[in-house]
Amino acid sequence: MRAKLESVLPYSLLAPTLIFVTLLIVIPILQAFLLAFQAPDGSLTLANFQKMASDTSFADALKFTFLLLLFIVPAQVVLALVMALLIHTRFKGHTFFLYIYAIPLAISDLAAGIAWLSIFTERGYLNSILNQLGILERPFLFLSYQNLPAMFGTIVIAESWRATAIVMTILLAGLQVIPRDYFEAADVFGATTLKRTLFVVLPLLRPSLQNALIIRTIFAFQTFAVVFALAGRVIPVMAGESYNWYVANRNPGVAAAYAVLVLIFTVLATWVYFRVLKTNPAEAGYD
Amino acid sequence: MLILTLVLGVILVACAPAPTPVPPTAVPKAPEPTKAPVPTAAPPPTTAPVATKAPEPTKPPAPTTAPTAAPAQPLVFLSTQLTPIEEQEKMRNTILKDITGAKVEFISDAEGVVVDRILAEQKAGKVAVGAVGVLHGTFPNLLAANALEDLTPLVAKLSDRPIVKEFMTLGKLGTDKQYYIPWMQATYIMVANKKALQYLPAGANIDALTYPQLAEWGKNITAATKEKKIGFPAGPSGLMHRLTQGYLYPSYTGGLVTTYRSDDAVKMWTDFKAIWEYTNPQSVTYNNMQDPLLSEEVWVTIDHTARVVNAFKNKPNDFVGAPAPAGPKGRYYMSVLAGLGIPKGTPNRAGAEAVIEYLTRPAVQAVTLREVSFYPIVESALPTNLPDFVRLEADGVVKQSKATDAKVALLPIGLGAKGGDFNKIQQDTLTRIVLKGEDIKTVLNDQANQLNALMTELKAPCWSPDPPSTGACLAK
Repeated sequence: MRAKLESVLPYSLLAPTLIFVTLLIVIPILQAFLLAFQAPDGSLTLANFQKMASDTSFADALKFTFLLLLFIVPAQVVLALVMALLIHTRFKGHTFFLYIYAIPLAISDLAAGIAWLSIFTERGYLNSILNQLGILERPFLFLSYQNLPAMFGTIVIAESWRATAIVMTILLAGLQVIPRDYFEAADVFGATTLKRTLFVVLPLLRPSLQNALIIRTIFAFQTFAVVFALAGRVIPVMAGESYNWYVANRNPGVAAAYAVLVLIFTVLATWVYFRVLKTNPAEAGYD
Repeated sequence: MLILTLVLGVILVACAPAPTPVPPTAVPKAPEPTKAPVPTAAPPPTTAPVATKAPEPTKPPAPTTAPTAAPAQPLVFLSTQLTPIEEQEKMRNTILKDITGAKVEFISDAEGVVVDRILAEQKAGKVAVGAVGVLHGTFPNLLAANALEDLTPLVAKLSDRPIVKEFMTLGKLGTDKQYYIPWMQATYIMVANKKALQYLPAGANIDALTYPQLAEWGKNITAATKEKKIGFPAGPSGLMHRLTQGYLYPSYTGGLVTTYRSDDAVKMWTDFKAIWEYTNPQSVTYNNMQDPLLSEEVWVTIDHTARVVNAFKNKPNDFVGAPAPAGPKGRYYMSVLAGLGIPKGTPNRAGAEAVIEYLTRPAVQAVTLREVSFYPIVESALPTNLPDFVRLEADGVVKQSKATDAKVALLPIGLGAKGGDFNKIQQDTLTRIVLKGEDIKTVLNDQANQLNALMTELKAPCWSPDPPSTGACLAK
């Protein structure tokens, strides 16, 4: 009886997760694939991908998605690392900063986009302040299609504000599980704070960094509402194009084709991170 | 760990963007207006019928409704109009407040969602939607799926309503049966900050402007203020493509599809580029024009009446409404007509008819104008007790429809779900010519080929102002 229970127990514990993942993740993914490769009459086709690739915005969407990735991910990881290390020192009032840092986590990306729009627009907060301070005589157009670098810059800033907190949370969690002994040992050997950070903390933080990078990269591939609010159609991104094709152009096939492309890129990026940031469980000591 | 992270990754991707509809961005104020026509030589088609008569007294409700209506089950009134949350609230709490004969549940959503739901219910044979309120151009999709009840018997019961005859004719969708009853209408007008008036080109009249004069006006403003103060709703959910389809193209070429790459079209884009030189480059982020008007980023604009009304509302002394400019072929403007229909197999026909009877009462039409800035479809006078901001805007609307060179443009009929593809062609044309500075002829040629491919696929015949065609409507 007991043996029987033991053989069934693991499966019954796994079952809810498996059912959840199958119903809500695996089946929709398969359906999205089917949608992308199917013609309206049900036959298999590459027409959706051809339509996607021949669209005016496709090359730009690809370019800007990767540019965003390139600018946002490293900046955010560095920023989040600094924030996490700072909080981890447990200085007086560190919980206050933790709450401040975490605020963007609670804000939807669309709301964040609109908030940043009201900051960067011609008569927005930023221009008003600069004007009041006498720095600018007339408003600077951050959101002009004729000044793409500025427009792109506003997106990088808004996205960094919005999504750094999640990276910080992961890194902070990683920091908190590093056993104190390592720090004490480093202190005994007279390591400076810099040395301790570089040679003790960072290597031990590698698994968390890996997770943070993967999650942040996935988010970067999904960036969309902030871009929409700040740059309209001038800076297309892949997730935004998927949305446009589905909602505005009412073409689920091409929308799904974009989704499949995003999935492929995401899986590739994840694989690269695993190769590059290979972690040794023994080295990490706790994984 | 590795597997866990991979699974997490896949989950995140799966929960991600792709074909999941997400609320559109930034300030999607206002219903997506589409089409709606009016035969050219019509009496003041749009709007605000002439203010000669006294305010319409509330007529006693016609005895349309079966007294047995009002079942416990609320009647679902599904609409593509009045989607902004504050307009939905006004519809529920003010406009529909006094309805008797049905307990109405008003639901508003995007066109695709509404059409999909009605068609799905038809397919399933289980109809829950009681009444439907959509734009003229959406009805053919429903009729094609045989999803509309014949409302011809209802017309007689509404004979006391002075509904504009042309609108009633449109409600027949080219058949001999009535498939929808006109509900309300809107249009796009020019709105200008009074500060801009001093820079009007010499001899120009704001009520009879031409597109080249608009460019000159913009130039004068920029010379004086060092800022580009013309604005267009060219943001991701802005309605710039409607201006291209219903204003610029017809005004310059007398058509839309057939003349897509004509020499007149080249002239139009050349002139529009001249206007764009004095257009605020932030226009690519504007979804409605009332906010930039109020912040004074923009002084002169053309947009949907529902998307500029807050400018008049918040600063009634600052703005004037005026007709859209004219081109060589006339002062074309687009009238946006919404109608009320009943899905085939409706669970509550009497209740649905009560909704239609109620919403077309002149008094309720006046309330609709006051609350949500959609204009009446009845030929009675505008009520005199309108708030100032409605009068200010109505002034521009009336001037536009009564201009001597005014002509009405129709939007595509019969594009069905491909309406988005059609819009995208105009959006891409604008992006390539105006924003990216590509060669006009090359772009028009490319886009006209795409247009022809689409029209051939749909076999959609021409609609006004393009001349009628026997086969698919094609760009020459």
